[in-house]
Amino acid sequence: MRPIFVNIGERTNVTGSARFRKLVAEGDYAAALSVARQQVEAGAQIIDVNMDEGLLDSKAAMAAFLNLIAAEPDIARVPVMIDSSKWEIIEAGLRCVQGKAIVNSISMKAGEAEFIAQAKQCLRYGAAVVVMAFDEEGQADTAARKVAICERAYRILVDQVGFPPEDIIFDPNIFAVATGIEEHDNYAVDFIEATRRIKQLLPYARVSGGVSNVSFSFRGNEPVRRAIHSVFLYHAINAGMDMGIVNAGDLPVYDDIAPELREAVEDVILNRRPKTGGSQTERLVDLAPKYKGDGSKVQVADQAWRSLPVAERLAHALVNGVTEFIEADTEEARLSVERPLHVIEGPLMDGMNIVGDLFGAGKMFLPQVVKSARVMKQAVAWLMPFMEAEKEGKPREQAGRILMATVKGDVHDIGKNIVGVVLQCNNYEVIDLGVMVPADRILDEAKAHNVDIIGLSGLITPSLDEMVFVASEMERRGFDIPLLIGGATTSKTHTAVKIAPAYRAASTTYVLDASRAVGVVSQLLSKTDKAAFEAQTRADYVKVREQFARGQEQKTRTPIARARANRFAIDLAAAPPKPSFTGTRTFDSYDLKELAKYIDWTPFFSSWELVGRFPDILTDDVVGEAASDLWKDAQAMLARIVEENWFQARGVVGFWPAQSDGDDIVVYADESRSTELARLHTLRQQMAKTGDKANVALSDFIAPIGGPADWIGGFAVTAGHGEPEVAKRFKEAGDDYSAILAAALADRLAEAFAEAMHHRVRAELWGYAPDEAFDLDHLIGEKYRGIRPAPGYPAQPDHTEKATLFKLLDAEAQTGIELTESFAMSPAAAVSGLYFSHPDAHYFGVGRIDRDQVSDYAARKGWDLAMAERWLAPILSYDPAAAPRDAAA
Amino acid sequence: MTRQDRIAALKRAATQRILVLDGAWGVMIQRQGLSEADFRGERFADHTVHLRGNNDVLCLTRPDIIAGLHDAYFQAGADISETNTFSATWIAQRDYSLESAAYDINLEGAKLARAAADRWTAKTPDKPRFAAGSIGPLNVMLSMSSDVNDPGARTVTFDQVYEAYREQVRGLYEGGVDLFLIETITDTLNCKAAIKAILDLRDEEGHEELPIWISGTITDRSGRTLSGQTVEAFWNSVRHARPFAIGLNCALGADLMRPHIAELSRIADTLVAAYPNAGLPNAMGQYDEEPHQTACSLHEWAQSGIVNIVGGCCGTTPDHIAHVAQSVAGMAPRAVPERPTAMRLAGLEAFELA
Repeated sequence: MRPIFVNIGERTNVTGSARFRKLVAEGDYAAALSVARQQVEAGAQIIDVNMDEGLLDSKAAMAAFLNLIAAEPDIARVPVMIDSSKWEIIEAGLRCVQGKAIVNSISMKAGEAEFIAQAKQCLRYGAAVVVMAFDEEGQADTAARKVAICERAYRILVDQVGFPPEDIIFDPNIFAVATGIEEHDNYAVDFIEATRRIKQLLPYARVSGGVSNVSFSFRGNEPVRRAIHSVFLYHAINAGMDMGIVNAGDLPVYDDIAPELREAVEDVILNRRPKTGGSQTERLVDLAPKYKGDGSKVQVADQAWRSLPVAERLAHALVNGVTEFIEADTEEARLSVERPLHVIEGPLMDGMNIVGDLFGAGKMFLPQVVKSARVMKQAVAWLMPFMEAEKEGKPREQAGRILMATVKGDVHDIGKNIVGVVLQCNNYEVIDLGVMVPADRILDEAKAHNVDIIGLSGLITPSLDEMVFVASEMERRGFDIPLLIGGATTSKTHTAVKIAPAYRAASTTYVLDASRAVGVVSQLLSKTDKAAFEAQTRADYVKVREQFARGQEQKTRTPIARARANRFAIDLAAAPPKPSFTGTRTFDSYDLKELAKYIDWTPFFSSWELVGRFPDILTDDVVGEAASDLWKDAQAMLARIVEENWFQARGVVGFWPAQSDGDDIVVYADESRSTELARLHTLRQQMAKTGDKANVALSDFIAPIGGPADWIGGFAVTAGHGEPEVAKRFKEAGDDYSAILAAALADRLAEAFAEAMHHRVRAELWGYAPDEAFDLDHLIGEKYRGIRPAPGYPAQPDHTEKATLFKLLDAEAQTGIELTESFAMSPAAAVSGLYFSHPDAHYFGVGRIDRDQVSDYAARKGWDLAMAERWLAPILSYDPAAAPRDAAA
Repeated sequence: MTRQDRIAALKRAATQRILVLDGAWGVMIQRQGLSEADFRGERFADHTVHLRGNNDVLCLTRPDIIAGLHDAYFQAGADISETNTFSATWIAQRDYSLESAAYDINLEGAKLARAAADRWTAKTPDKPRFAAGSIGPLNVMLSMSSDVNDPGARTVTFDQVYEAYREQVRGLYEGGVDLFLIETITDTLNCKAAIKAILDLRDEEGHEELPIWISGTITDRSGRTLSGQTVEAFWNSVRHARPFAIGLNCALGADLMRPHIAELSRIADTLVAAYPNAGLPNAMGQYDEEPHQTACSLHEWAQSGIVNIVGGCCGTTPDHIAHVAQSVAGMAPRAVPERPTAMRLAGLEAFELA
């Protein structure tokens, strides 16, 4: 049985993380919180918080950070380890945690009296405790002294203080090895030995330690440090170590370490003389530079792997995404086996299995996996002619066949394509029907290909309804295969509440992201796991539905009349600025090079499931390497996009006289403001507001009829013309990686176009901020005057408003952007929205709205209630299927 | 009987039967139709702030009414009656500018409950009665921000909350309560401050060890406390008090509370207590669950073996308690389970290393 090992996140420690220290010192607690969140997301089961830094007010910092964590449910769900060498800082921390924390640490270094007093305080506050192997004589270094001190501390705690033994954790001191000082050589062995004896001798007590200390003498060489941690933990855990302060998510697997390095590290950890003679420390020091993660290593490694046997070369190429030699290697492999198929079933699949395992274990990241798939496809493409020549015609054995489609009305497919590639990497056959696929076609193709699973994807909110429809059609047509749901607006809640109940004949599973897809699919297709997995999902969804039903009744909404009375009042003392023109202006072939300057890269990385802020993400401890590689590829492709004009950027902007009329905005044909050209409808917040906070609607940002003359603007821009063709070309060449990259870059360019155009509107076209400086961080941080909210987004969640906007702009003719029946824009790399100029205009979320506003909105839009409830489904605060509650309730 | 005798009797009774707590105080006080003058009495006749609605101050100004309510609940069959001190801390009394009266309210409130319990024990020696010192949740929270724009903001410090509870605990103790009831807990950190106050007073001022009963509240159907903890995380976070009983009260009616009580029953290696409201409030904010309905729910819980102590919270009356007492009479209390030894920690969720 594999021993349980608890990961304690170490990055929220000012002594161990320079980045965290800097953030705390600068008071950037928002970013500091993201470090904590990243640790929890990466699998930390407890987070260690340490503020011991001479220049900080550590007591205040500890309290401030823990109070902030309390407001973050996704961090606060795990227990905290309050880490300090000063009791007063520990106590400040204990006064801020409602849960049961761990105190790290107390010891007998200042004698028994203080130790007992502090232990009693821990009991009073209700905390478990880490006890360091430290007494009046100093820190224990030998195994014998470690055990003796821990045993003495245990007896005092259990017998005198009445401390529950299960709440005692010993830290028998991890010290650095391979320091060059011979007395240090046995330190790791001493820790491991002490751990073994403590666990035997002291019932229920646990053992922990700060792992990174052990490799301290190799700081600056992260790969070697990680190898040392891995080997050390391997032995310490086997000896009974229960938990450790580690960089969660960055624990390497013992078996993954190069054998040469592993042996050298093992000699150091276990204090053995190397077989080759000399001292183990010298040997590791000699070896270390070879494994240092800098540029020189790549070349050395390149030469090294080329001399491996062919199967290992193929595996290396797959894991590292190297296509350079793949055809030659595949050919060599083909010549060495009986049939070309054996190359796929043998070395190629073995290599892909390694990729799958590494990905599953969090050791590889999406961009790397997609690159692996590119290598795989090229190898298979090389073999295809030979297989066909064999005329066997029998397809290779597949793990399963999965049909994937973006549903009708939706054109977004980056995420779906990534999932498709990941599944293919894992030997599943994927039939991808592309985008805008109607339910009929999905189900016809599913029958025709006899698929095992159907996966639906979508990004815009109306797609949610379409998915419910597909599910109900599956039910009607008698399907009994599992249904998977994924995509940006989908959620477990929606899947459980709306989709799963529509398809009762088989299971429906929500897949959070690409990294979960393989796990879900393999369980659904496993004879042994399927039933249990589906039962678990079903039980989980029952819970989600119950929670949802409860939430529905809990939310109190402000009646719309009251919300309107509490509208947001803009300051109308200064006359609203007049745009430089009214009507529309079209921009054909906008300069892509200019747009590239406006790109916000952070969302680019998150579309690849790499989380972090650009440019910090490039040097991130966990994903830095993957992000840097992706960044290089993106820069190279972006240069070609600009040079070779792959995409065409087209846009249109317009300004019109306008006044607000309640929650509507009236757009006039001309300055006489007598002829109504169009009417924009907005939605008002109905959440309960306190103090002087208003219930905001977008119409609040425009002067009312009878007030000063005001104007509104609108825009639609795209950088997507040409992108589908480029992506198709890459796909046909077997290069999904580049296809996805191109689509992601088109998306970024479209966003950049919107940003650039808005900047130009402020400075020139509307012209109310002629002196605004260009500063990308300001743009991304939205530190400028005026907003550009888009229909379908939080400030106006109704996608159908795009139709009015497009009519005003004549956007289809001017830009070639078309609206689907779900009001998605095609090409997908497109952005549209309204411009508001008032300095008080700001972004907000409408949130959930109540029946009174929905019926009012329906009347304004000329819809019936059911239609309004369909388009506004994602933001209803009530279940339209349930009868209206008594007005008094 | 000395206090230690009474505590022994309480613990003995808990092994023999399901104990019954009293019901609501607010609704019963409301029914008296008291005037501002009643609340002020002589002592606060010249007080500058209105006192009507400050139910706790009646311990000082209308002790006759408070004593009468204790009697009514003991008569209905309650084993335990709570002091009328839910908001008797200087922090909660700030609303009425009565910070300085907090200690006195607790002292006198405890004496009233003590005297009533002793009267009834004398009347029915085979059914001894007990006085529980009510310690409420405060109107400020240590784990929740006081300002939507600043998640780190708090209006009080741990030390202030601790001192407020410490003063309350001292008053209750000196007035003679048999046990402490930290109730309607919305924020576990507030509760932990109260626990620390109780434990520190034992050490520092030589207080006798009184049983502690801890009662949280699940405020909505998410199944979490207001400060976000699951029931199991809540239990892990307060278990160091080695409480005599753990349970839930208030919020939700019996039906919605049941799954959480069942969960506590499974995980808590101590007595489990439940005193729900009389259903959910209706549109007018009133509770209309009838006494037999409350009794029926609690009877089923007793039958299922998931409770040791039952009673009523908001909206329940002596009539409710009489029905409850009858419905659980003669039924076996829940058997306290033994749990395997394990390190059990908590954030908002529970963590167990077995």
